Amino acid sequence: MSSRCRASFTLLALTALALGACNREERHSRAKPMGETVPAGVSPDTIWPGGTVAQTLDPRAKIYDNNAPAISQGQQLFSQMNCSGCHSHGGGGMGPALIDDEWRYGGRIDQIATSIAEGRPNGMPSWRSKLTQDQIWQLAAYVRSMSGQPSKDAVSSRAESMSNTAPQTLTPREPAHTSDTAEQ
Amino acid sequence: MNLCAAAAALTACHPSQPKQQFGSATVYGSAPAGDHAVAPPAASPADDGNWVMPSKDYAATRFSGLNQVTPANVSKLALSFTFSTATTHGYEAPPLVVNGTMYLITPFPNYLYALDLTKPGAPTKWVFKPKPLAASQGVACCDTVNRGAVYDAGKIFFNTLDGQTIAVDANSGQQVWRTQLGEIQKGETITMAPLVAGGKVLVGNSGGEMGVRGWIAALDEGSGKLAWRAYNTGPDKDVLISARFKPFYASDRGKDLGVKTWPPEAWKIGGGTVWGWLSYDPETKLIYYGVGNPGPWNPDQRPGDNKWTTGVFARDVNNGEAVWFYQTTPHDLFDHDDINEIILADIPWKGQRRPVLFRPARAGFFYVHDRRTGQVLSAAPYGYVNGYKGVDLKTGMIIPNHDKDPKVGRVVRDICPAAPGLKDWNPSAFSPVTGLVYIPHNNLCMDFGAMRANYISGTPYVGADVKMYAGPGGNRGAFTAWDPIHQRKVWEIPEDLPLWSPALVTAGGVVFYGTMDGWFKAVDARTGKQLWRFKAGSGIIGQPISYRGPDGRQYIAFVAGVGGWAGAVVSAKMDTRDPTGALGFANAVKDLPMKTTAGGMLYVFTLPR
Repeated sequence: MSSRCRASFTLLALTALALGACNREERHSRAKPMGETVPAGVSPDTIWPGGTVAQTLDPRAKIYDNNAPAISQGQQLFSQMNCSGCHSHGGGGMGPALIDDEWRYGGRIDQIATSIAEGRPNGMPSWRSKLTQDQIWQLAAYVRSMSGQPSKDAVSSRAESMSNTAPQTLTPREPAHTSDTAEQ
Repeated sequence: MNLCAAAAALTACHPSQPKQQFGSATVYGSAPAGDHAVAPPAASPADDGNWVMPSKDYAATRFSGLNQVTPANVSKLALSFTFSTATTHGYEAPPLVVNGTMYLITPFPNYLYALDLTKPGAPTKWVFKPKPLAASQGVACCDTVNRGAVYDAGKIFFNTLDGQTIAVDANSGQQVWRTQLGEIQKGETITMAPLVAGGKVLVGNSGGEMGVRGWIAALDEGSGKLAWRAYNTGPDKDVLISARFKPFYASDRGKDLGVKTWPPEAWKIGGGTVWGWLSYDPETKLIYYGVGNPGPWNPDQRPGDNKWTTGVFARDVNNGEAVWFYQTTPHDLFDHDDINEIILADIPWKGQRRPVLFRPARAGFFYVHDRRTGQVLSAAPYGYVNGYKGVDLKTGMIIPNHDKDPKVGRVVRDICPAAPGLKDWNPSAFSPVTGLVYIPHNNLCMDFGAMRANYISGTPYVGADVKMYAGPGGNRGAFTAWDPIHQRKVWEIPEDLPLWSPALVTAGGVVFYGTMDGWFKAVDARTGKQLWRFKAGSGIIGQPISYRGPDGRQYIAFVAGVGGWAGAVVSAKMDTRDPTGALGFANAVKDLPMKTTAGGMLYVFTLPR
C-alpha cells in the first residue's frame, strides 16, 4: 500500500468517524465515574400535594439513553435474563406490553431502571441482586428502544432472536403516557 | 404431498373438505345405534340436580341428567339473573350448585362467592377473600385463571394462584383450613380445580413454562394435612413408583426413568406439572390424571424421553402409588401437555364390555385406553395433524414426523397442531344418551424457533419463539361430535375463533358451548344444528353447567370473561403488533381485541313458566 493511498484511507476513516459521531452517543471514556446505583426516589407519580416538585432526570440517563452499545447489551440481556419470557418481543404476555404507549410506572429511563431494580408488586421481580447496576441501565435503555424512543441510528437493524418481529429500525416512536388504561 | 398422504391413511388430513360456513354444522354420519358407550355407574351416579364438581362426576362426563330443556324449547330460554364477579381476567371456572346455593370462584384474587338461589335475584350470602400474594400474577404463564372449586361434605375446596389449597365451610363461608403447597419463588402457581375423592383433596402445580418440578399432592379432606405427594420427574421413590407399578408398554419400564431419561439434573427443573383434570374410579380406588409438558420447550436442552412428562398416570388414591403410566409424546417437541380431561366409560369392544377412558389429547389423537392397564385400544386424529404420523397400536408409541423436529437455530414452519394442541384444557362433554363425546377444540398451526433457554428460578424457562395461525380451512376453532367407538366425526361446527370454552351436554339432547367473541350457543346433540344463541358481554371460556333450581326448574349457567392463554391479548391488554406475544398465541387472535372486551359476569337462564 502506497503512503498516499494510506493517507487517503486514514482521511476516509477519520471522516467516517467524524460523521458517525454526529448523531451517535457521547462516550465518556475519561469522565469521572458515576455512582453505581440505580436512582433513588424516582417516582412514577404526577401529583405532589402542596405543589409540583420538579423531577430532575438522573444524570446517568444521558449516558445510557440513545446509546448504541448500551441498547445492544440490553437487547442481549433481555433474552438472557428471560425478560422476553414474560414481555415477549414487547407485545407482552405474563408481563405488560413494552412496545405500546402506556407506562404504569413511568417511561423515563430512570423510572424504567427503578422498575427493573426494585420490581413492582403485581409480578415484576426485583433484579437488584441478580444484575449489576450497569446491566440494569443497559436493559432500561433497550426497553425504551422497544417503543422507538431512541434515534434510529442507535438501535439494531436485526432482531436478537429468530422471531418474526421487524427490526427496531422500523419501530414507530410511541408517545409515553404514565397510564395503564390501555384500550382493549 | 406424501406427508399428507401418509396422514390421510390415518384420516388426519381432509384437504378436499367442502368449504364450510363458520358456526354451522356439517354432518358426517349419525350417532351409533344400539349398544354404545356409557359412563360407569359408580363414577357417574344419577343426577340429583346439583353440580358439585367441575367435571359433574368422577367419570368427568359434564353430562346433566336434566331434561326439561330440549331441542324443541331451548329457543325460549330466558335470562333469569346475572352477577358481576368484579374481575376482568380469564374466567375458566364453572359455577357450582349445592342445595339452593351457587358458588363462584374467580380468577386472581380468587374470590369465593356464595349466592342464595332460594331468593329472587340470587343475593350474595357471603364472600370469602383468600388474599393471595399479588406477585403470583407475575409467574402465571397464561393469565391468572382458576379452573374451579369443588364441594364435598359441607365444605368448598379451592386453590389460589399463589399455591394454597383452602377449605371453606359451605354454609358460613368461614375458613376451615388452608395449606401452602406451591412456592411462587420457584415459579409455581396453582390454577387447577382440586378433586375430592376417597377422603383426599387432590391438587397439582402449574408452572411448566417456569422450570418447576411437577407434582400431585393429596391432602386429608378433614385437616388439610399432606397425605402424600408424587413428583412426575426424578427417582422412583419421589414418583411413588413401587412393585405395584405395571406400565403396559416396555418403554415405560425400568428403574429411575424419571432421572435416566434426562440430562444430569435436568429433571429437577423439567416441568411435568398437573394443572388440568383428574378422574376417579370409586370401584378400583384409582385416580387418573395427565402430566404437563417437559421444560424448557426447546427440546435440544433435554435429550431423552423426559419421563414422566406428557403422559397419563393411574395412581392409588390412598397412598399415591403409581399403578400404570402411558407416555403420549416421549420427548415432547411442541408443548403438548397431556393434561386434558379423562372421561371414564364402559364400552362394547370386540364383543366384550371393556372399562376404558377417553382422552381427546392435545397432540391431536382421541385415545381410548383400557383403564385397568393403560393399553391403547385406539387413537385416531379428531382434526388436522401433521406434527405426528399416527399412533402405532402395537407398541403404543406415537409416530413422529421428523420433518417437523425443532432444532436450535432454525425456524420450523407449519407445525399442526400448534403449542396449545388440537385441544387445550377446555373439557369435552360425554353423553351416555347419544354415546358421543362433544369436543370443543382448536385448529391452529405454528412456526417454532428453538433457542437456548437460561434457567433463573422464578422466571420463564421456555427457549422458543412461536407464532400461531389458523390451520387448514381457516377456522381457528371447531366443535366436534365424536363417536369414540368407531373413531369418527359425527358432525362438526367450524368456528372462526379458537374454541377455549368447555362443553355441556344434557339428557334433553342439547349441547352448550361459548365462543371467544361472547356467543353462548345451544346446538342439537344429534345433528349439531344451532338452536339458540345469546350474546354475552365478554368472550366465553368458562365451563357451562345445568342444575335444578329450588323451584324445580332446569337452569343453564355460565360465566363470561375472556382471557386465558387464548384471550390474554384482551385480558392482559397486550399489543398484538408483536406476533410472539403470549408465547405466540397473540398472532392467532389479533382481531380479538376488536371482537370482545374483558369482563366477569355470570349468566343464568331458564325456560319461562
